[in-house]
Amino acid sequence: MSDASAHAAATTPAHDEHAEHHPGWSTYWKVALILTVITVFEVWIYYIPSFVATPYFIPVLLTLSAIKFAIVVLFYMHLKYDSKLYRALFVGPFSIAILAIIGLLFLFGKVAIRTSLLQ
Amino acid sequence: MATLAAPAIAAPTPYAEGGFWGWLTTTDHKRIARLYLFTALFFMLWGGAEAMLIRTQLRAPNQHFLSAETYNQIFTMHGTTMIFLVIMPLSSAFFNMLIPLQIGARDVAFPRLNAFSYWVYLLGGIVISLPIFFGLAPNGGWFGYTPLTTSTYSPGLHIDFWVIGLQILGVSTLASGFNFLVTIINMRAPGMNLMRMPMFTWSAFVVQFLIVLAFPVLTIALVFLVFDRFFGTNFYTTAAGADPLLWQHLFWIFGHPEVYILVLPAFGLVSEVLPTFARKPLFGYPVMVYSLILIGMLGFGVWAHHMFAVGMGPIADSFFSITTMLIAIPTGVKIFNWIFTLWGGSIRFTTASMFAIGLVAMFTIGGISGVMHSSPPADLQQTDTYFVVAHFHYVLFGGSLMGLFAGIYYYFPKFTGRLLDEPLGHWHFWLNLIGSNLTFFPMHFSGLNGMPRRIYTYDGGQGWDLYNLESTIGAYIVGFATLILVYNILKSAKSGKIAGNDPWGAPSLEWSIPSPPPLYNFAKIPTVTSRYPLWDLKSPHLSDAHGGPAAPAQPPLPAAYEANASGKQTAEQLGIPLPYSTVKPFTAALGLTVMLCGLLLSHMENKTPEFVLLFGGAALLVGSLYAWLTSPLEPEHVH
Amino acid sequence: MATSTLGAPVADVGHGYTSTGLPNRKVGIWAFIGSECMLFASLISTYLIYKGRSLVGPFPHEAWTDPSTGHVFKPILNIPVTSFSTFVLLMSSLAMVLALAAVENAEVPKKTTGDRILGNSKLWLFMTALLGSTFLSCQAYEFTSFVHEGLTIKTNLFGSSFFTLTGFHGAHVTAGVLWLLTLLAIDFKRGLGPKDALNVDIAALYWHFVDVVWIAIFTLVYLIK
Repeated sequence: MSDASAHAAATTPAHDEHAEHHPGWSTYWKVALILTVITVFEVWIYYIPSFVATPYFIPVLLTLSAIKFAIVVLFYMHLKYDSKLYRALFVGPFSIAILAIIGLLFLFGKVAIRTSLLQ
Repeated sequence: MATLAAPAIAAPTPYAEGGFWGWLTTTDHKRIARLYLFTALFFMLWGGAEAMLIRTQLRAPNQHFLSAETYNQIFTMHGTTMIFLVIMPLSSAFFNMLIPLQIGARDVAFPRLNAFSYWVYLLGGIVISLPIFFGLAPNGGWFGYTPLTTSTYSPGLHIDFWVIGLQILGVSTLASGFNFLVTIINMRAPGMNLMRMPMFTWSAFVVQFLIVLAFPVLTIALVFLVFDRFFGTNFYTTAAGADPLLWQHLFWIFGHPEVYILVLPAFGLVSEVLPTFARKPLFGYPVMVYSLILIGMLGFGVWAHHMFAVGMGPIADSFFSITTMLIAIPTGVKIFNWIFTLWGGSIRFTTASMFAIGLVAMFTIGGISGVMHSSPPADLQQTDTYFVVAHFHYVLFGGSLMGLFAGIYYYFPKFTGRLLDEPLGHWHFWLNLIGSNLTFFPMHFSGLNGMPRRIYTYDGGQGWDLYNLESTIGAYIVGFATLILVYNILKSAKSGKIAGNDPWGAPSLEWSIPSPPPLYNFAKIPTVTSRYPLWDLKSPHLSDAHGGPAAPAQPPLPAAYEANASGKQTAEQLGIPLPYSTVKPFTAALGLTVMLCGLLLSHMENKTPEFVLLFGGAALLVGSLYAWLTSPLEPEHVH
Repeated sequence: MATSTLGAPVADVGHGYTSTGLPNRKVGIWAFIGSECMLFASLISTYLIYKGRSLVGPFPHEAWTDPSTGHVFKPILNIPVTSFSTFVLLMSSLAMVLALAAVENAEVPKKTTGDRILGNSKLWLFMTALLGSTFLSCQAYEFTSFVHEGLTIKTNLFGSSFFTLTGFHGAHVTAGVLWLLTLLAIDFKRGLGPKDALNVDIAALYWHFVDVVWIAIFTLVYLIK
């Protein structure tokens, strides 16, 4: 009866997602490895005072963290393989959150850019 | 839906019909809608009484009707009540009633979470409203600026009640936000793509996004204040180096989206009402949708326009000034589209359509004063004066509340099966319109003449006396008009004219089923192929291009439509499983409230009562949640 | 031709029909995660705003001498310990992903010992909870040692914002651990299989999110001076 088949189709969502590509063990441990390597590298450069003193330290750290963030979200949280709806539900709010942080940092004078062009 | 375990607690009860227990354990969105509606109307009278007290005190210079201390509590609670206990819950009543019906669904995505939201609202409303009887009501304004609201400058329980009450209410709103977001995304009938959704559902959709993104920021701002007051942290302690603007920024990052949360549902209701009573499709539906989305997004970028007077500097001021002016554009577009919807239509003036047209006029006035605020130099004169009070009352009273009234007159028949009395409705409308304009229009002038906000009295002879008297008279007229509404509701609920499925000749799905709808809403979920399903069926000449050409005679109604329209069969006969009634949402809400109220006792010498409430409440909350999450929502099969 | 939208004799949609084909709970958890981004953004912003503004120490990355007592406070943050706990939390995400895969594939016959180990959902759920608890223990150790060294939540802006931010994160981890242990208990009681995959998936998404928030916190609080 159409009821049962519609019921089945709607309540075994595993079919929907795994109809697409499904990462396996090899992807998972590679991601874990990259996460470890990046973390080790981040801590390593933290202990190099001459590098910490350069203006590159913070951008490098932020970029590395962004990479870690991205690969966990894309691969472990499956966002790369899942429906675009989930991507929209995450990326939208995440963007607003980032803009809010940046906006607040500007407003509290934390971003080292001349904020008064009129003086 | 897969469940984690067979119910380990008592076997779930079948749907409980009536009585107190039936209401306490309901998971039916339509019942929850009624709970929200009547609770919100009660608080409307409460907040209205607070307004009457304010206006009585301010009717003339140097009155002593209220002391300064009492006045602070009254105006704080008036704002807090109206925003959090009236307008938002009235909107929730409509979300609950209409969203599933408009999208052709049988329920919301998470029925128990839905019930939980209501109980948390009720309990939070009680927590924040009772203290006034003990002279302990919150007294720091509805916006609670620090450092005034820190323990240093506001010792005592007033602000404690405010922060705890608001935290509780925030949970309610967030829970319902997630619920409706998933419902709208995921439970639309076949064929109802996003651009075929009714406008009220669209505005609700944008509002849920605003809720889930803005309320967490308020939560954290309140957490910081709670921690400062109860645990001695330093977030707002200027002596420790804290920045007094932290609260303001966090609060307004929440607060500005909040005002769109307050007004967009009313806009949605107007977009439902006007096409029906103009017998014309909404003008420019896609543009109306894009405007909603744009207002929602831009709404996160304008917050510091509430702070033009704090000294942020020219760059920040200019940025927020520009974004504020920009947001006026999509809002203005909606006003024009409503006017063009009416233009050339065959207009029926029912109370619902009159309130909807009233919103268009009143909100425009409020919007004009709003755009005047968007210029920082001008705002420096206007801010903290009655000019601002005029602005936000035009948009909130003339806007949100009038839109919600339109919705009440329009949808009361769907809620209850009976029409509200039209003559009484007309009296309500006209007295309300005259009264509110008489109340709030003079405030533009007293404001520009320098009358500050939040003062409990003033000296005469400054050019404010007449305006204040006018406002007070207007307020009394509004109060009287509101009583007419209450009388109308109580009378019509019992003896109003029977409405039938579709008393107005409206185009959307909720009018295809009985009034009030059966438990299961739709006997057969319809397949939707246009924006105006009922007009397609009954009045094809009214539909827009998607609906097809005019038909000379009304086609016979198909059998499936009859099944939906009659609503005579029971859920069991139709094989539709309904969610179990359960008291767990209520007990979880109770646990949460008790737990947070424990903090209120932290100033006591004896710590035992505090810990009893904290741990007892937490235990009740966690236990209820555990039982809730491990028991099934509804029976697997029916018969 | 006015197409009848309501009247077409279409069979009723099955119970559990969704407009997107996606499960309600999963849509819900992603919306929740989006909302939590704003929650943690507010906490993180406050921490960053107050960075360097405390009037008194102790400070995160530099030593401070209390002028009234002469007591010297060393920089309070312990990077080695926190680096270890960060690594532990990252590995817990790996364990979580394996737990989910094990549940999804519970009914697939396992051929090699390696497959059996990888496919043991109880093992990986336990490991995730264990690693999460290890992270929490490190946090507990860290917090108590900070208090001993003179930094409490009341001491200064740094103490308030640091403990609140990491405390909220830790509370989220704790809730996650309890969730995982509940799943583990159910696995022992009746076994978890493909029909439970959605519920485990939701727990996994929550867990990974808590992990990525920590990635942000570790960098912004611990590594950037």
